[in-house]
Amino acid sequence: MMRMSKIVRTCADLMYPFVVIFGWYVIMHGHLTPGGGFQGGAVVATGAALVIVAYSYQEITSMLKKAVLMVQESTGLLLFIGAGLGGMVLGFPFFFNWLANSGSLFGMSVPYGPNPGELNTAGFLPLMNIAVGIEVWGGLTLVILYLLSGLEKGEA
Amino acid sequence: MRRYLSVAVMLILAAFLMFIVTGLTFGNPQYADMDDYFIQNGQEQIATNNIVTTIVFDYRGFDTLGESTVLFTAVIGVAMLFRKFTGGEYDEDE
Repeated sequence: MMRMSKIVRTCADLMYPFVVIFGWYVIMHGHLTPGGGFQGGAVVATGAALVIVAYSYQEITSMLKKAVLMVQESTGLLLFIGAGLGGMVLGFPFFFNWLANSGSLFGMSVPYGPNPGELNTAGFLPLMNIAVGIEVWGGLTLVILYLLSGLEKGEA
Repeated sequence: MRRYLSVAVMLILAAFLMFIVTGLTFGNPQYADMDDYFIQNGQEQIATNNIVTTIVFDYRGFDTLGESTVLFTAVIGVAMLFRKFTGGEYDEDE
């Protein structure tokens, strides 16, 4: 039952929400700023890695369940494919951007040329970014947990 | 002897790759029709300011689907490699 000192644990507790919020900012603004689902999901997984480093293995496995993360990763990939398939129900080809310029969710148009941008644009690209973000978040956290489980019980 | 042989093979391979690199023409072609098409029509067709995201998720959406599948497969591979072995059997108790 080894873990880092109280200073490290307190700092990890303080930093974790900000890391997660920044990761979700990168995911949600993927169609406006540099970044996107992959990068934002990696940032959120970095927050999980911070907590994993700060706490002991037993405390981590009681907080982060591998089965939940597996379901999360599969859900992300299924959401991604489902967003692509959604247009086929309405008669569009596979992976057609069926929400762009439609006026509904994320359906605003943008003028040509440089402009400040609007969150409610880009059709299904934000849905894709969210799906990929969920998948990368779950997947990378799962990889870190599996790599950690290679250690002996008393080592971490 | 084997070490010298491997070093020699490495040097020959490196020289071969460097020779190929010297023949490459970087920045050529300087003009491509696809670039102008994406920049001219991306904002109108996909309603997105970020042209890179437009290309990655819409114009080249199948590529991103492949990337997601590659990540999924990589995680499955790690899960297979790092599962617990207890006397020939493995369990997933966690």
